[in-house]
Amino acid sequence: MQLFLEIGKYSRLLYEAIRSATEFKTYRKNLFSEMVKTGTDSLGIVSVAGFFTGAVLTIQTSYQFTSALIPKSTIGAITSQSMIIELAAVISGLVLSGRVGARIATELGNMRVSEQIDALESMGFNSVTFLVIPRVVAGILTFPIIYIAAAISGITGGVLAGIMTGSVTVHEFMEGARMFFFPWDVAFGIIKSFVFGFVITSISCYQGYFASGGAEGVGHATTRATVLSCIYVLLSSFLLAAILL
Amino acid sequence: MIEIKNLKKSFGDNLVWENVNLTIEDGTTLAIVGKSGCGKSVLLKHLNALLYPDEGEVLIKGRNVFQLSYVDLRIVRQKFGVLFQGAALFDSISAFENIAFPLRYFTSKTEKEIRSRVMDCLEMVNLSNIGNKGTSELSGGMRKRVGLARAIVLEPEYLLYDEPTSGLDPETSDEINDLIIHMTKNLSITSVVISHDMHSVLRVAEHVVFLDEQKLSWQGSIDELRVADHKRLKEFTKASEYQI
Repeated sequence: MQLFLEIGKYSRLLYEAIRSATEFKTYRKNLFSEMVKTGTDSLGIVSVAGFFTGAVLTIQTSYQFTSALIPKSTIGAITSQSMIIELAAVISGLVLSGRVGARIATELGNMRVSEQIDALESMGFNSVTFLVIPRVVAGILTFPIIYIAAAISGITGGVLAGIMTGSVTVHEFMEGARMFFFPWDVAFGIIKSFVFGFVITSISCYQGYFASGGAEGVGHATTRATVLSCIYVLLSSFLLAAILL
Repeated sequence: MIEIKNLKKSFGDNLVWENVNLTIEDGTTLAIVGKSGCGKSVLLKHLNALLYPDEGEVLIKGRNVFQLSYVDLRIVRQKFGVLFQGAALFDSISAFENIAFPLRYFTSKTEKEIRSRVMDCLEMVNLSNIGNKGTSELSGGMRKRVGLARAIVLEPEYLLYDEPTSGLDPETSDEINDLIIHMTKNLSITSVVISHDMHSVLRVAEHVVFLDEQKLSWQGSIDELRVADHKRLKEFTKASEYQI
């Protein structure tokens, strides 16, 4: 029963957000600052995560492919393919579930328990337009850029790890990467990052917007936002792979 | 005029109050008193439809706020200024910007006009030297006064005060009380004050309602309050350590 109530409240919040999405003037200013906080400020951590994921992937692949019959370019193919199709999007999704999801839930939760959301409503603002739309739209618009950054740094990490360990040369790595490069894979990764952007920001907004019970309630909301965002990132990744690949 | 008719509110199985009937005349100050948890803030939040009741209506100039479209409701809400218990200042912007905030979104005033209006409001609450201080740099009393300046910046017809003097020292409380009296008289604003500070209530209010035992237990003028023969009201005023 509680689950249905939660789904109903979440759907109603989204409906209200979509209904008031035309009030661009209200959230224009917030949208740009949210894009900076969600996108620009997250590039560093996501690039680092992507870089080391690519590096580890290269080392592990070369460790497993011991047969001389398998060309070394396969290492580049596997690393780049894995990063583009799955890992860049999922790793950045999981990292941003913590970084962006927690921030959004805490911000909105604090605003709720300190009556700042009531203050907005009492002034005549639509608080959903003002608070939820810019965060969700910023997530949808910036996550694809973050995904691309994660994919590039992952492949870079893979190349550098290959050179440092002597398991593969740049030429061999890039030969494999080019051989198995399909534009649809990039499109698939971008579609996934759009979905992740929406999932993480909307769940976190929901948790924060309806937080209650003071500081402890905000803590619970933040934890739920992070955990649920991670779960739904993995679930939507699975569903998208099943549907689109 | 605000009319409250047969209002009932509960959260789940917990009844907050029921059968609340009340009329607030224009230009007067009404105080809602009662124990903590009796639903004073809940009642206040029904006046501008921040909360919706289970039953009943709130009429603002004859229109039931709970039946308004969201667009109309937002227009009605702009007739209200609200001073929240913790002031509810937006902590990501300065005190000045908090007051300028509604002006930037709901008026077409120029930057110079906005600055002038904000300074006028700050002067009214005796904070004209606040500059561009962040909200975290303000004391409790200053936060309340900035909250009050923000509440009056759009020149509302009604001002709602949720525990305006709670957590303040007696001297600062008196300053806030003076401001409430000043706002009501000089700006012809209808005020509703929630408080359990009877000293403050007796200073600012003309009418008092007492919420108790899940209903509006008593209502009358300040003079009637002084001679009221209502056991629980007497106990409440006695417990507030103020002889009336």
